[in-house]
Amino acid sequence: MTAAQKAKQGVLPVARQDAPKELAEETAVSGLISLIEILRIAWEGVVRNKVRSLLTMLGVIIGVAAVIIMIAISAGTEATIADQIQGLGANLVFIQASFGRGAPGSRDTGPSLVYDDVALVGSVGGVVGTLVDQMTTQSVKADSTTLTDVSVVGTTQDFLSVREVEISDGRFFNETELERKAKVAVLGSELATNLFGDANPIGQSVTVGTTKLAVIGVTAAKGVVGSTDFDSQLYIPITLVFDKFMPSQFRQFAGDDVRVIYAQIDENADMDKVIQQIQLKLATSKGVTVDELPFTMQTQDDIIETQGAATEAFRSLLAWVAGVSLIVGGIGIMNIMLVSVTERTREIGIRQSVGATPNDIRLQFLSEALMLSLVGGLIGVAAGVGGSFLFGATSDMRTVIVPSSIVLAFGSAAAVGIFFGFFPANKAAQLDPIEALRHE
Amino acid sequence: MQAIIQTHNLRKVYGMGDIQVNALDGVDISISEGEFVAIMGPSGSGKSTLMNILGCLDRPTDGQYLLAGEDVSGLDKVHLAAIRNRRLGFVFQSFNLLPRTSALRNVMLPLVYKRSEKFTTREREEKALAALEAVGLAERAEHEPNELSGGQRQRVAIARALVNDPVLIMADEPTGNLDSKTGDEIMALLHELHGRGRTIVMVTHEQYIADQTERTITLVDGRVAQDDKNGGH
Repeated sequence: MTAAQKAKQGVLPVARQDAPKELAEETAVSGLISLIEILRIAWEGVVRNKVRSLLTMLGVIIGVAAVIIMIAISAGTEATIADQIQGLGANLVFIQASFGRGAPGSRDTGPSLVYDDVALVGSVGGVVGTLVDQMTTQSVKADSTTLTDVSVVGTTQDFLSVREVEISDGRFFNETELERKAKVAVLGSELATNLFGDANPIGQSVTVGTTKLAVIGVTAAKGVVGSTDFDSQLYIPITLVFDKFMPSQFRQFAGDDVRVIYAQIDENADMDKVIQQIQLKLATSKGVTVDELPFTMQTQDDIIETQGAATEAFRSLLAWVAGVSLIVGGIGIMNIMLVSVTERTREIGIRQSVGATPNDIRLQFLSEALMLSLVGGLIGVAAGVGGSFLFGATSDMRTVIVPSSIVLAFGSAAAVGIFFGFFPANKAAQLDPIEALRHE
Repeated sequence: MQAIIQTHNLRKVYGMGDIQVNALDGVDISISEGEFVAIMGPSGSGKSTLMNILGCLDRPTDGQYLLAGEDVSGLDKVHLAAIRNRRLGFVFQSFNLLPRTSALRNVMLPLVYKRSEKFTTREREEKALAALEAVGLAERAEHEPNELSGGQRQRVAIARALVNDPVLIMADEPTGNLDSKTGDEIMALLHELHGRGRTIVMVTHEQYIADQTERTITLVDGRVAQDDKNGGH
């Protein structure tokens, strides 16, 4: 029995007996066709040419991943800076000679910040600790071991409390030793191990440069904060640095100038008032008015904010670069959608012949472009998050994935898909059904 | 019997600069409900143009076209699409099925674009399967066009034409791409539909195919040259 004969089994539908409905009612053209159907058609369009779709999405994938990774890197940099500044201690005010005026060596242009000012600042009510440091790099020699390029930190007795460092063995130097330029040294925990191995370093001596110092203490391990490795440094009284470790010609004009005085403020005190007091006291001692005082006072928040503004500019530059690659990705989508419209002209004609309106056709191709960009966006997010982790793990740079960057990148990808999908979709919608059906 | 097709002085002019071609030059025809009509004519006679206008794929330059009593000659592209969806079923010479798409999904297509009545995917599948069953292809529902013979493809196309219950079936050389035996089977199917009350308008250039219908309209130079009842039927 042939199929034709089978069809004669009486299952063919008879022509309708009911009167056709009103034309207007029956030929409604507003509203959407089934969303599931739209998504299904779009998905089929993407899956039909897997390799081509993937290559098309590559631009979006790279763009989205680039946005996420670049923002992660700049956020990581910012976090590193913040850590570094916070790692200097809690509740600090940075008193700094303004650039150009009163900076080390420019005594003639105004009062400069000198070592004696540390005590002055320390005497202000609400200041619980003061700190200055002067770094120098020296070779350090123990009995049998010589280490070159060791960071030697000249500082004051408040170092432990302000920097939140603890002593594991022996003690830190005191105020008397500071005043007397005592030849004593405190070793970072790692430095102690490197110099003396398992032996007890307390009571031993080390030769720093050409000066022999007595080891009086070893710090407890603190690790790296920001970019400062507390455990590999050597700590000595700052007065000793001025006396022994400054090049004589520098000493001649810089005297005992200091770069920064860190004042730790009582956490219950009003920071702004204490800063005003410090300014007043410094101005009085220098014989100038507060306005003339060539020193800047910054809290840690101020500094982080300033640094943040700098990285902000860098970040927006990166975002533009990444944005451009997203646009390039969008052009790729537009290109392939135009090819797709041409290839599928006949399909468009068939759909039109069975009743697809121009809007249906437009929506179909727009959905397909959107689908390409969204799938690309998803892969890009995965690549961006994975890439950020990988980059952070394998390089010195820290990365912090910013959730809003994922939203931004994915949202941009979707916008790019709609924007660049519109032109091809419109082209498809305007095809003439007769021409389209004739297309080979 | 109600007139399904009524045209009055239907004209179609293709303008190419100064040269104007009158593809249709005042066509008046009337086709009643339940008729099976063949349209014949040499190439260039305007039969394709007439077919496109009767099928609401194109609009006349001038004149009136009433489809099932309603004037559709002035409708825009969007409303013509809706008319095609709701009132017409097409059967083409080259089948015009979507490639890499199952027979079932092909037959479902007109239901997807039907706005006057919304169906769930399941309802669409059921209706499409019923239409395939009616043309004897239910067991091939999941096959794609390239896995089907020419005759089977044309059956799928007929199922698609039927699925929205049209008032008129437009068949454009439906046997043109088929061998004579398969062509006869398709003609038998069309006769079957006609027997059940369907109105069918078929364009053909083969006399023996036209002779199987009730009436043959012959176009020459954009005008109706002959309009005869076929005696044998």
